[in-house]
Amino acid sequence: MSVTKEDVRKVARLSRIAVSEDRLEPLANELTSIMGWIEQLNEVDVDGVEPMTSVVDATLPMRDDVVTDGNIQGQVLANAPKSEDGFFVVPKSVE
Amino acid sequence: MSERPTYTLKGDTGDWELVMGLEVHAQVASEAKLFSGASTEFGADPNCNVSLVDAAMPGMLPVINKKCVEQAVRTGLGLKAKINKWSRFDRKNYFYPDLPQGYQISQFDHPIVGEGEIEVDVEPAHGDPAYSFPVRIERLHLEQDAGKSIHDMDPTATYVDLNRSGVALMEIVSKPDVRTPLEAAAYVKKLKSIVVALGTCDGDMEKGNLRADVNVSVCKPGGYEKFRETGDFSHLGTRCEIKNMNSFRFIQAAIEYEARRQIEILESGGKVDQETRLFDPNKGETRSMRSKEDAHDYRYFPDPDLLPLEFDDLFIENIKANLPELPDDKRARFESEYGLSRYDAGVLTADSERAEFFEAVAKGRDAKLAANWVSQELFGYLNREDLELAASPVSAAQLGELVDLISNDTISGKIAKDVFARMIDGEGNPGDIVERHGLKQVTDTGAIEAIVDQIIAENPEQAASVKEKPKAMGWFVGQVMKASGGKANPGAVNQILKQKLGL
Repeated sequence: MSVTKEDVRKVARLSRIAVSEDRLEPLANELTSIMGWIEQLNEVDVDGVEPMTSVVDATLPMRDDVVTDGNIQGQVLANAPKSEDGFFVVPKSVE
Repeated sequence: MSERPTYTLKGDTGDWELVMGLEVHAQVASEAKLFSGASTEFGADPNCNVSLVDAAMPGMLPVINKKCVEQAVRTGLGLKAKINKWSRFDRKNYFYPDLPQGYQISQFDHPIVGEGEIEVDVEPAHGDPAYSFPVRIERLHLEQDAGKSIHDMDPTATYVDLNRSGVALMEIVSKPDVRTPLEAAAYVKKLKSIVVALGTCDGDMEKGNLRADVNVSVCKPGGYEKFRETGDFSHLGTRCEIKNMNSFRFIQAAIEYEARRQIEILESGGKVDQETRLFDPNKGETRSMRSKEDAHDYRYFPDPDLLPLEFDDLFIENIKANLPELPDDKRARFESEYGLSRYDAGVLTADSERAEFFEAVAKGRDAKLAANWVSQELFGYLNREDLELAASPVSAAQLGELVDLISNDTISGKIAKDVFARMIDGEGNPGDIVERHGLKQVTDTGAIEAIVDQIIAENPEQAASVKEKPKAMGWFVGQVMKASGGKANPGAVNQILKQKLGL
């Protein structure tokens, strides 16, 4: 699979990562070679093998429905570049 | 039940039909959030019901709330849907200031609940009678809610409150089985009545705890039938998704506007773009929301922080054993037990509190009479005044007493309306009101005869002409009732009048 310059531009935008124009082409080449390496895995025959999404053979532990956390507004906002009246304040972003 | 009517919209090039599928988000009724121990309570100070998990601080890991899983299964059972004992959480990736993780934990190709079906009841409207139709449910999955962005506190900044961030939502997705704006609202009403009866969501639409996205498309007559035969979506038009509506009125208005917009585009030779739109209730129109290049490119992948969600049959059986009577079952019981029509039974069972109230009034009494007083008179009054049942000035016991007074001929139905008005004004129990105002029905034939004789004597011409004009009889009944202060028993008055006038 070949990753194009446009693919890189799109993925960068979706990830909100700034990539300068002159870096698009080299990144596309790098990603293409990484994809090629991963594609080797497709040579393995996995017919009849359940997809494995976790390496531990355990089921999801569950928690009781009890309030055990919260009321830490100060900690939650501690790293915010800007906050006011208990809110995070961010640049205007209306959809 | 009547036939399902065909809904067509007239365009310049002919008729069009509507096709809709809905995605309803219902907030799970739980104390704590889906993956954290922070409270779900509404109305807390900003960012107080937030744990470091909800704020997506590095290194924080989600742990699922068992109650939320049970509530999703419970809802699935209420939708008569397939419960998936193995399901999985995925990350839905997008950037927005009120989504600190940069992704929403949701379920993509392995939802906790699969296909189901519900029967939806449509109220009579625009001269069409009541009818019902089935809606197939495609799936129900669990996911996190996002935080809240407030745009009007500052002209250049957005304020973010994460209290809702991480609260559990059930997204209930229907197949494209809805064909009119009224049906869309009726479908949401039905879902609401089911989740409220199950106790899995409080159904509070004003708080946004139940909200709907509607996928709207238009097609030429016949297109939908071809789609149902073949499953091929190309027979339907391109759809637009109208997001986040939390009132039945907005849902209908938005669909009506959107259908017109799409028809205008298509008839002028244009193409409808598949996109997400928002309804503006002030302007009564929908507008484009997300730029197309980013929409629906969520790059879902299994959340590596969570194992697959698995449970056994016993887990499901325990929930099944504790299911309450569902609205449809209750309606069927009201039809058979109280002899009510399907429609009346539906009105009385749409809300479990109202159903309980009716049963308290109807118990041991004439059920049809009770149904009439509960749904027409009391609910009619509450709806006009926009009051909740809990705020009703008349209790079930009081209304029951009123029904008794009518049944045992103490008062007529007409006087009962007067007594009811006094009950609403807070005058107390109906028996006392009847005593105090001397409203007891006169069934003493001697007393009625005396009034009849007097009226006939005073109106000899009318009495003579009544044989040619039997309709004049009504005038006499009116006069007698008036003279008795409305207290004469109407049946007795009719009988005596007929006899005295020789009819």
